[in-house]
Amino acid sequence: MKLHEYQAKEVFADAGIPTPESKLASSVDEVLAAAEDVGYPVAIKAQVQVGGRGKAGGIELVENDEEARAAAESILGMDLKGYEVDRVLVEEAVDFVNELYVGVTMDRGEGKPVAMVSTRGGVNIEEVAEEDPDAIVREHVDPSFGMHPYQARKAAFEAGVDQSIATDVASVVKTLYDLWDEKDGSEAEINPLMVTADGEVIAADAVMKIDDDALFRQPEMAEMEEEAAGLDDLDRKASQYDFDYVRLSGNVGVIGNGAGLVMATLDLVDYYGGSPSNFLDIGGDAKAERVKNALDMVFSDPNADAVVFNVFGGITRCDEVARGINEALHEFEEIEKPVVVRLAGTNAEEGMEILDTDLVEVEATIEDAVQRTVDIANEVSDQ
Amino acid sequence: MSVLVDDDTNVIVQGMTGGEGRFHSELMIDYGTNVVAGAVPGRGGETVHGVPIYDTVDEAAREEDADASVVFVPPAFATDAIFEGLDAPLDLVVAITEGIPTQDMSRVAKRLTEVDTRLIGPNSPGIITPGGTKMGILPGDVFSDGEVGFISRSGTLTYQIVDNLTRRGIGQTTAMGIGGDPIIGTSFIDALELFENDPDTEVVVMCGEIGGEDEEAAARYIGEHMDTPVAGFIAGRTAPPGKRMGHAGAIVSSGGAGTAESKINALNDAGVPVGDTPEEVADNVEDLL
Repeated sequence: MKLHEYQAKEVFADAGIPTPESKLASSVDEVLAAAEDVGYPVAIKAQVQVGGRGKAGGIELVENDEEARAAAESILGMDLKGYEVDRVLVEEAVDFVNELYVGVTMDRGEGKPVAMVSTRGGVNIEEVAEEDPDAIVREHVDPSFGMHPYQARKAAFEAGVDQSIATDVASVVKTLYDLWDEKDGSEAEINPLMVTADGEVIAADAVMKIDDDALFRQPEMAEMEEEAAGLDDLDRKASQYDFDYVRLSGNVGVIGNGAGLVMATLDLVDYYGGSPSNFLDIGGDAKAERVKNALDMVFSDPNADAVVFNVFGGITRCDEVARGINEALHEFEEIEKPVVVRLAGTNAEEGMEILDTDLVEVEATIEDAVQRTVDIANEVSDQ
Repeated sequence: MSVLVDDDTNVIVQGMTGGEGRFHSELMIDYGTNVVAGAVPGRGGETVHGVPIYDTVDEAAREEDADASVVFVPPAFATDAIFEGLDAPLDLVVAITEGIPTQDMSRVAKRLTEVDTRLIGPNSPGIITPGGTKMGILPGDVFSDGEVGFISRSGTLTYQIVDNLTRRGIGQTTAMGIGGDPIIGTSFIDALELFENDPDTEVVVMCGEIGGEDEEAAARYIGEHMDTPVAGFIAGRTAPPGKRMGHAGAIVSSGGAGTAESKINALNDAGVPVGDTPEEVADNVEDLL
């Protein structure tokens, strides 16, 4: 789960990391009032969960009411890479002389947290990592002790941060680590950490991602997720139904059980010349209600032209799965999109005999089922 | 022959009185696994499927001479359960639980460097030596005895490919799911090493997915250290960056690290054929046998 910039800044500021003065606004009038309060010049920043907001026109620097009004009118309501902008952050423009990068993440290969500092802030840090990996200093942390203050200092000095501000930068790094640790972060990042002419450091951007699996013990973060939501209808529905769901851009709907098998099914759609419209894992339980919810998800997706339902029955036997599918299908007044079902594993043959072929097509192998669905979807989209 | 589990493995089920624990314990017992005890705090003295429950893993291990455990404990309590198994100490802990916070697993990873216990998982479907022993939720009927070692980050995808093999009469020495989480106890390399040292394993199937660099490291290991041939499969070629594809570990970073392409290339460079479809994996295994 990723916090919005305004939420992450609130969390960082509460922990004592300096952030620019800012206000959230959702209308042109609110933007003007906020700019008045904060004082020109201000940056008007779209609050959506996409990278490269600046380049896409989601951030503007304005000097006066007239410019602020124009910027607010263009940004509020705009479509930014598929997300509608409904809120902007109106923020004091920081006069900086230098831009640094600090971040904390989990190094999954090492199984350890790692803090990172670089003097090459203000640009895409992944590109820096690629071109000049030595420009980013990495300090691994023993998770059973947490970060020692010396480690934060070491990282700052090693990165070549100017001695006059290095301890302030180290203090930001240490605070960021502690926050990441306390809030079950998966990623925490300040890019850029601006340095002003007076030698102040200030977090001009803020990224905070929380481990989804830890939200059960982070009620405050879970609440922020609700508020941040910004989910479109299908994502919201998936979360209500408790499915692992990812919306994609193709026209072949995919439902299956188990993350690996569903991923492999998406790959097969691509292999046979189609393009998947979603990832949907119904998990181990293929009872009628869950099947119905899954079909409802894909039927509600305007991009999907046909659906492949691919289940490997292990502990859940395929005859049970087939009954679940039949029962679910009968609850729809109309099967809105062609559905191809393939069952394999325990009692697969019985399962396929049970399936109501008036309502669905049945194929015996994963390869045939995917190929057939791709063909149907392509026919539909050609019409 | 087999790796890690066989007829001599005495198993404790942690969380045996819960719904999942109870259900799968019965299937494990029916399959022939020596389930010798359950460990559930506050439930000591009870029995489930005729097996005695103890309050602590330590007591269960001492009283019933157990050397392994399988963890069916909800995420909020699973880290503690894993530590209990590691500290008993048992030889092997298999964690089925999905949804353990990653920072907890980072602490477990640290502990693993200090003890001799092997952890498989978490978010693993378990491990099975066909014909006798299974720990976890793998459907026994799908597997058969044979010469292929099977390692996978996923459950149902394992069953799918094993099924493709079974239909050609190809069975397994041992099959294990190492888990779909970002931080896991047994890596591909650890598992490959076990199969490399097993005289009965003639071919290894390694079934990876997007996220992290474990498959790339494994490819280097295969190139440098393995005589046993390996056939590969990588799921997630079509996954967009920045999206978690079901498994917590299955994510291509927004910077583009952990792609299927990188893994497939690394495996190909190490001489490992990577199938485009499950059926192609079976073709490759047949060629290698």
